[in-house]
Amino acid sequence: MEMFFQALMSILTFEGLLTILVGVTAGLFIGSLPGLTATMALAVLLPFTFTMSPLQGLMALGAVYMGSIYGGAFTAILINTPGTPSSIATTFDGYPMARQGKAYEALVAATIASVVGGIVGVAFLLLLAPPLARLAVVFGPAEMFWVAMLGLTLVASLSSGSLLKGLLGGCFGILLSTIGVSPVGGETRFNFGIPALQGGIELIVALIGLFVVPEVLSMASQGRGALPESGKLEGGVGIAFRKMSRHIFGKPVNLIRSCIIGQIIAIIPGAGGNVTSLVAYNEAKRFSGKPDSFGKGNVDGVVASESSNNVMVAGSMVPLLTLGIPGAPADAIILGVLLMHGLRPGIDLFTETGVLTNGFVLSMGFAALFLLPVGLLGGRLIHRVVVKTPFYFMLPSIVMVTILGTYALRNSFLDVGLMLLLGTIGYFLRLIGIRAAPIVLGLILGIIAENGYVQTMLISIADPIPWLGLVENPLSKVLVALVLLSAATSLLPSWLERSGRMAKTTPDENPDRVNPKEEGKP
Amino acid sequence: MKITTTQWVVSLSILAALVVPGVAAAQQYPEQPITYTIPFDPGGISDTTARFQEPHLEEILGTDVNVSHRPGGGGAVAWSQFQSGAEPTGYEMIGVNIPHIIAQPIMRNNAGYETDNWEIVSFYHFTPTALIVSEDSPFETLDELVAFAQENPGVVTLAGSGSYSGSHLDVLRLEREAGIDLTYVPFSGTGPLPAALQGNHVSGLLDYTMLGVQMEDTGRVLAVSSEERVPALPDVPTFREQGYDIVGGAYRGVAVPKGTPDEVITKLEDAFAETNERITEQQEPLGFVMTNITGEEADEIIGELETAYQPILEDVQEE
Repeated sequence: MEMFFQALMSILTFEGLLTILVGVTAGLFIGSLPGLTATMALAVLLPFTFTMSPLQGLMALGAVYMGSIYGGAFTAILINTPGTPSSIATTFDGYPMARQGKAYEALVAATIASVVGGIVGVAFLLLLAPPLARLAVVFGPAEMFWVAMLGLTLVASLSSGSLLKGLLGGCFGILLSTIGVSPVGGETRFNFGIPALQGGIELIVALIGLFVVPEVLSMASQGRGALPESGKLEGGVGIAFRKMSRHIFGKPVNLIRSCIIGQIIAIIPGAGGNVTSLVAYNEAKRFSGKPDSFGKGNVDGVVASESSNNVMVAGSMVPLLTLGIPGAPADAIILGVLLMHGLRPGIDLFTETGVLTNGFVLSMGFAALFLLPVGLLGGRLIHRVVVKTPFYFMLPSIVMVTILGTYALRNSFLDVGLMLLLGTIGYFLRLIGIRAAPIVLGLILGIIAENGYVQTMLISIADPIPWLGLVENPLSKVLVALVLLSAATSLLPSWLERSGRMAKTTPDENPDRVNPKEEGKP
Repeated sequence: MKITTTQWVVSLSILAALVVPGVAAAQQYPEQPITYTIPFDPGGISDTTARFQEPHLEEILGTDVNVSHRPGGGGAVAWSQFQSGAEPTGYEMIGVNIPHIIAQPIMRNNAGYETDNWEIVSFYHFTPTALIVSEDSPFETLDELVAFAQENPGVVTLAGSGSYSGSHLDVLRLEREAGIDLTYVPFSGTGPLPAALQGNHVSGLLDYTMLGVQMEDTGRVLAVSSEERVPALPDVPTFREQGYDIVGGAYRGVAVPKGTPDEVITKLEDAFAETNERITEQQEPLGFVMTNITGEEADEIIGELETAYQPILEDVQEE
């Protein structure tokens, strides 16, 4: 406890607070640029922290991490482009809201959700780290396979309209994930004779290509900007803030559920923030009274996505600080910094070097708090820029930034080419009703599923029936049940609807694109 | 043809104009920032080390050293691009790792690069591998593990990072040396390994000594694959001490394109040697063995390990 207050005091100095403020602001802008991820932001910042004291360095890293995960929401809402992979789910409802002229409300909701999420994550980390860490190691290869399967059932709810088209998109994504060196075995696959394709298709490249390029192309073809001109701020920051906080805290179930989901997924090594927000979004939709309103600008979708991914920031530190297991890619950098300062993950970190550890954790909490003013002001600024800029300036600028961002990722023109190619494919796929989200989901989860499956098969190679290894542990069985349940709850309604046992719900946002099979029914 | 004095003067001065700046450039090297490409993800061991080196290299060389990442394909993406496109000016250098640069060209149809198509400046690190089991593992010693594996072929599962990496090759060598049948389970990187062991998903880990140091409290290190004991793990016997001739692991180094002027290479060699001395104090406790293998010695090591790994790798390919 003494260490806790000592740590608190060392943060509550002018220098400490300034470090966090600068870190959050820098992180926010890096995170909002597509192509520059949280991992990248931390890697860039790393050399600067060498000149700081260990605590100050860690504070800066924590603040940048928190800021960049939140920053992804800006572009997600304003131009339908997730700035970081963890804000994919924010686009689903954030962008429709923006199209309806409620962009600032969506930004405020995202900000409030992120602040709460960030603080909840810190609280979990401070209070429940040791028991949660035990949960982290239970997830082995077999469990990871089922987690990926559970994630893939999301395809059903992400494919607004036709399940078949959603599944097609998912399969396309999984096929993309097989390009490159196989994760187990090391063979090169599907690289079409191009050595550079041994690295596979980088997630960010696909993300930018599949989300940004089709969006820009359709904006250009319709001759419109990202947001309608009417999307002006009504009544200023105060009113939007009050309205959104009333909405979010009035029915806190969604927020609480998303935070808990965020924390559980954050501690699973290898799943990370990319999956967190998608799962939280899906559950928000499932438990909502009006699942049909999701994807059309329901603010609850934004809240679910943004709160869960900010829980992940501190939440993924649980296995990192206690066991040395990075829960998300960016955590590997934090681990490097800890080792560099001679701090070995373990319980000692909370006792012997408790001041430093507590200071680091607390600084993330302060960083989350700082998101509120920085986000509300920064959001207003960016919002105004996006609304005011005519589309003939806006679109080329977006294209420019995405190309630069893609190149900067690995200094590779191949990535830029891939991004543009995927984007063009994505545009035409979108015209026939296959959206980007299921494809990206397939790409993310295909790798996790393959890894888990092959590793499980290897581990149980000496057993008489190796695939039983997939369902050997109790947790695997629970996950299998969840997969079946999730598949059933997504499939049953449409099945009942088709067989006429349930009143037909209102058709999808694109009435002209209703499944032709259904139309053909007598 | 008669050559007049004027012609002589002209041709000599042209020659001088061509040659002298080259000499001068090498003497003044470096005049501009140097790009130091790391072919792996940020946060990995290679990256962390480069971050340690960066400020010292900058101070010694008197110029900016920009660390940039080009991950993918276990390093192959960056290496193939480097060999086909980097200029031999000394302003582009890249991190290289053994056994990756030996194993990938053998195992892959088209890795896009060759093991020796560059000039190795220095191998600055040697990282032995360590065999780690959990605290509640039934195996107290390496011999117990080997005895169990002899009776139960394929049942002992050892996890490590990557395929045909230092970990994988040392598992294959242990199988040959002890005449046993183990199952190697590759994971992507070192990150998920501690969880795999602590969750009892595998019987043990065979990965770099860094992990052995990191897991000292939660696991038991049964052996390390260095010639002599590792300073950071003084109580752990080597494989050789226990009768298995396995000395190997990963060498980390840095290379420049073929054709880079010798003066430049020497300058870089000296800079890395000096840097190594300065960061030894921070690096050794993490489990590294600091080395300074340069010039012909580096080529010898590559050649030696190539002959050691070739039969093992070809065996696997045939299976």
